[in-house]
Amino acid sequence: MISIEDLSQISQAEREARDAVGHQINVCVAASCLSLQSDKVKEELEKAVEAKGKKDCCKVRGVGCMGLCAAGPLVAVEKEKVLYQGVAPEDASAIVDALGGEPVARIQGDLEAPFFARQQKIVLENCGRIDPERIEEYIAADGYLALIDTLTAMTPIGVVQQVTRSGLRGRGGAGYPTGLKWATVNKSQGTRKFVICNGDEGDPGAFMDRAVLESDPHRILEGMALAGYAVGAQQGFVYVRAEYPLAIKRLKLAIKQAEKMGLLGANIGGTTFSFNVDIRLGAGAFVCGEETALIASVEGGRGTPRPRPPYPRSRVSGAIRRSSTTSRRSPTSRRFSATARSGSRRSARPRAAGRRSSPSRAQSPTPASSRCRWGCRCARSSSTSAAACPTARRSRPSRRAVPRAAASRNRASTCRATTSPSRSSARSWGRAE
Amino acid sequence: MTPEPAKGAPAPKDNRWRLVEATMRRHGHKSHALIEALHSAQEAYGFLENDVLRMVATELRIPLSKVYGVATFYNFFTLKPQGRHTCVVCTGTACYIKGADQIMNVLEKKFDLKSGTTSPDGQVSVLTARCIGSCGLAPAAVLDGAVAAKLTPAQVVAKVEEWMSHDQH
Repeated sequence: MISIEDLSQISQAEREARDAVGHQINVCVAASCLSLQSDKVKEELEKAVEAKGKKDCCKVRGVGCMGLCAAGPLVAVEKEKVLYQGVAPEDASAIVDALGGEPVARIQGDLEAPFFARQQKIVLENCGRIDPERIEEYIAADGYLALIDTLTAMTPIGVVQQVTRSGLRGRGGAGYPTGLKWATVNKSQGTRKFVICNGDEGDPGAFMDRAVLESDPHRILEGMALAGYAVGAQQGFVYVRAEYPLAIKRLKLAIKQAEKMGLLGANIGGTTFSFNVDIRLGAGAFVCGEETALIASVEGGRGTPRPRPPYPRSRVSGAIRRSSTTSRRSPTSRRFSATARSGSRRSARPRAAGRRSSPSRAQSPTPASSRCRWGCRCARSSSTSAAACPTARRSRPSRRAVPRAAASRNRASTCRATTSPSRSSARSWGRAE
Repeated sequence: MTPEPAKGAPAPKDNRWRLVEATMRRHGHKSHALIEALHSAQEAYGFLENDVLRMVATELRIPLSKVYGVATFYNFFTLKPQGRHTCVVCTGTACYIKGADQIMNVLEKKFDLKSGTTSPDGQVSVLTARCIGSCGLAPAAVLDGAVAAKLTPAQVVAKVEEWMSHDQH
């Protein structure tokens, strides 16, 4: 049984241990840098630290993705705020020699470059800062605090209301309001409900799920547990591509660690809430990113989509028959743990970068002012009607207006979801709850 | 329809089969463990032979037709034996632009290896994959499970030659 006090003790101890180290050298050990042999760089750095007798004041650790994958392997010296890029194993001793002095200019990266300076990391705030294979580091970054806090202080309906107020929307293309989806599942009949985290991404150049699965797996578990509490589910599945062996390995390890600490499993935090997470492997079918196909695949069948209704969130067939499912894109679940931690207001903050913060996408946000009111880049004035905006015209919702939270008025990343005229319905719906 | 009893199946004490059985046991021999079971079968045997499919169908009490349907639906599963080494070339957009097609061309010209084929000596299989998410490192390939970055056709040829020559003795 773990309480908030236990969490803060662990976090305190971890922070003190980190402060005691003079120079923290972070080596990226996510898939991209690993394929450029960052594991060898890390080994060499450890050897160099040992050989130069700096073992007391210097620590080398592996961290998740720092974002600039094309310039890997990346090494960062934490307190001095120095970034090295394209590091070869031979550079290790030079890096260790330069600690506390002038950085090695030959391989130094520019942290002030627009790529970094214009990013505001929300979902990826821990990526590249914590060791993904240690739960203590996630806890030290205030991880699992939201889960225990929510379980002890809030009702499931309260959680759904807060998510609704926050204006959080699905991170897939449709931008479906998460609060609405959760409320439907919460209210639906049935004793067995499931949370499915969709980590099956296959679009060329899309690897935001992998970045978080490899760099901050506990965030996904925490988000799923919170979703499970809100909707009344006791079982979660993470659907991961089999092509991501490292992500699977780290996620498995994370589940084991969380279960050992009592943050997953039966009676989390001494409450009556129990939640288990299982991994399901994809097997190379692009279509399995679609909700109904994904559920078919989780059930062990062929991933063929089926027509709706019935919607999965109200009823699904097959092995999870008579059960409701809330299947969410994994960016949504990661985002949610950030939302719960800082309350609904922070999430409602308008922002340009970091909505779907994949390393490649977060770098060049278009200022909100250069967008039309439908959110796209067609740069028409805000008074232009939807008919004038080519994107809005293409993607106007055909049947039912999607309630739109006032909070996401300035959303930048996708145009499709923002075409709804019923701006106030989400707010009134939130009150009705 | 009940599945046929396994014919000519590997002996139950086969170590490879034990791995598959362990996976099924972990999921309580429920039918939804099918994909997991096929994953571990492919890992253990290298490919999904008919006998293994039959055994899995019997153990999980699902029709053989469904097992076959799932095994052939997903790209990841293969019903043909694979070479000892695999070279999975990424043909996602970024890799394609950076010359993944040149790599495939050179493999075909030099070794007569197209996507999905295995060399006659059974040593090297060449496959293609949709984006493996290492676009910053394009063109990329997965050589025996490890991602190799910024490849040139010459590097791939050298690697394949190395594999082929190694296995001759």
